[in-house]
Amino acid sequence: MTSAVLAFEMAYWQQSVLRSVGVLAAVLLPAGTIVYLFLFKMMSFMQSRLGPNEAGPYGSLQLLAEVGKWIQKEDIFPAKADRKLFAMAPYIVVASVLLVYVAVPFGPDAWFARLDTGIFYVLAVSSISAIGVLIAGWASANKYSLIGGLRAAGQLIAYELPMVLAVVGVVVQAGSLDLFEIVRMQAEGEIFGLSWFGNPFILTQMVGFVIFMIATQAELTQPPFDMPVAESELVTGYMTEYSGIRFLLFFIAEFASAGAFGIIAATLFLGGYWLPGLDMHADYMNVVGPLVLLGKMLFVTFIIFWVRFTYPRFREDQLQKFAWTLLIPLALVNILATMVLKVAF
Amino acid sequence: MTAALDREQARYIAAQAADARINFEIETEGMTLNMGPQHPATHGTLRIVAKLDAEQVVSAEPIAGYMHRGYEKLSEVRTYPQVTTLINRIDWLGSFANEVPFILAAERLMDIEAPPRAQWIRTALFEMSRIANLVLFAGDTGLQLGGQTAAFYGFRDREHVLNQIEAVTGGRFHPNFDRIGGLKDDLPKGWIAETKTAMAKVRDFCDEIDDLVTGNEIFQARNRGIGVIPADVALSYGLSGANLRGSGVDWDLRRDAPCGLVHPELDWKVYTHPDGDCFSRWWIRIQEIREATRMVDQCLDGLPSGPIMAKVPRIIKVPAGEAYVETENPLGAMGYYVVSKGDLGPFRVKIRSASFNNVSVLSWVLRGVYVPDIVAILSSLYFILGDIDR
Repeated sequence: MTSAVLAFEMAYWQQSVLRSVGVLAAVLLPAGTIVYLFLFKMMSFMQSRLGPNEAGPYGSLQLLAEVGKWIQKEDIFPAKADRKLFAMAPYIVVASVLLVYVAVPFGPDAWFARLDTGIFYVLAVSSISAIGVLIAGWASANKYSLIGGLRAAGQLIAYELPMVLAVVGVVVQAGSLDLFEIVRMQAEGEIFGLSWFGNPFILTQMVGFVIFMIATQAELTQPPFDMPVAESELVTGYMTEYSGIRFLLFFIAEFASAGAFGIIAATLFLGGYWLPGLDMHADYMNVVGPLVLLGKMLFVTFIIFWVRFTYPRFREDQLQKFAWTLLIPLALVNILATMVLKVAF
Repeated sequence: MTAALDREQARYIAAQAADARINFEIETEGMTLNMGPQHPATHGTLRIVAKLDAEQVVSAEPIAGYMHRGYEKLSEVRTYPQVTTLINRIDWLGSFANEVPFILAAERLMDIEAPPRAQWIRTALFEMSRIANLVLFAGDTGLQLGGQTAAFYGFRDREHVLNQIEAVTGGRFHPNFDRIGGLKDDLPKGWIAETKTAMAKVRDFCDEIDDLVTGNEIFQARNRGIGVIPADVALSYGLSGANLRGSGVDWDLRRDAPCGLVHPELDWKVYTHPDGDCFSRWWIRIQEIREATRMVDQCLDGLPSGPIMAKVPRIIKVPAGEAYVETENPLGAMGYYVVSKGDLGPFRVKIRSASFNNVSVLSWVLRGVYVPDIVAILSSLYFILGDIDR
């Protein structure tokens, strides 16, 4: 299946342009939707305010206005900053998010690169952002930023492990690292003899899903795990010294990676771009599939942001304790149970 | 260059050399973190110089004075009625409560007493300013610990009380309503019923914040056992208000040393908590909001009729003498020591504000905690910058 053909022949440069535009759309559209729907509107309604309502209908163009504002602002470098690293860090963080989208199947033919070890690749590149964050924290020459960057690194080590272990359960059940295969197993599987709704792994991997979502929350540095950016103690941590377009890049990366992890969670646990009653191999899924995936992504990110607006923040050592003493053992037990049941049935 | 400066410099160089040697030997380096004067956790311009070992605080020192406005000195060149305008701005979240002790001190010097109706309304407004202050504390503590939503709920429900204060006094934040010998005006029509509704809303807010914050496991993990101040330390640093009661000391000026307000005639309870940690201080303040709403209700029920102003000369000249009056304000004990020489204005005013003493314990309590705990402790000690620097 690695030699997928587009419906019509195109030159290499045409395909490349199409893919670049596609990746940008795939990154920016979910990010914009999340920011508007959840950060601007849902958060406002939860906090008994109206949110932006002047720019465009129901404030929907507020984000564009904000982007315009950020682009106009001065790009400030602190006097003692390591200029090269300081300038580079936001791009590393954004690049890591862009790379995640490469391996995601949006439809039977709608993907950017089909990788046999897709989920492995996704988990690997998604961690690159921590390097960017660490660089940003170090290069800012600011104590708060440094603490923030170091906390982000510590958090990554603590939470990458439960996330990977939670995914292992899915991989064991699907028998493949290929994201497309994982979707197919969910679409064509059956549970307790029922097959019309397939076998979304959230049913059998509920524990894995919960662990994955908690780890995602930490990976995205959203409350209650937002110690690296803790605005009330570290003054937004590694982002303190950034302004203008570079801050915008961090902002995009934050919400695009929320979308990326939403998509990964939807693909792993909620059946990906497939819905019951649809034929996952049909051509129309190339159009319907991305919309279905967007809907599922919004559901997952809704949970992420709901938690974000509700809970206070953990302390760094409490987070480490939570990860190492609770999540990792739980994830290991989950893998063990999955393996035993896989062999038994 | 003088010898003293030489010694200073020599000591500085020696200290630097010692630091360098330590760094070389154990390959670790302490860090001095300067929290403030501009930092979101310091509610304004308090500065905390914290020496850190990784994320652990080795020693910390609060430095106040960035917002000193010289109100004590300014009071000396104002007449008595003008002073209330200044002292409104000390604890700006519970402004009316600032005026009361000063007016009571002046009344004591002049040997007059406000009529009963004025005293009851004073008490109601005094407790309402406590509610306005502490409701925002509840929201702000949520915000400091990372839960943004609580802050918006705090701002939203404080408005119920502020609207009622504004309806009486004409000012949301700085009422400037208390007068020597009584109050400026009587209550407007329909105000009592509206205020009772507002008090019910504030009680709803307490229930809501209990659901959202108090019972939250993360909030408890961040606050329980953090920033413990034992009773003897609290007393020796001169803490007052909820910070003192949170350490298990049963001391409330409204009950133990009432003066001029009608608290003894009301049915209410002083809460204490034996733990002395951040959570106990939080819990006591939430209970105090509830008690204050009950007190306001009782004040409105028992409101006597009659004048709101005693017989006071048009031009107020306070006889020579000294008076010190202390009341239990939202932040703790607040007192005014007023010295009069028989002029139009006070000769000397010394303000004992609660927050100044409350933050003095920081250097004791911040030793050994982690950086995130600094924020939890600061928000639980609950200071207002205007109340520290005056």
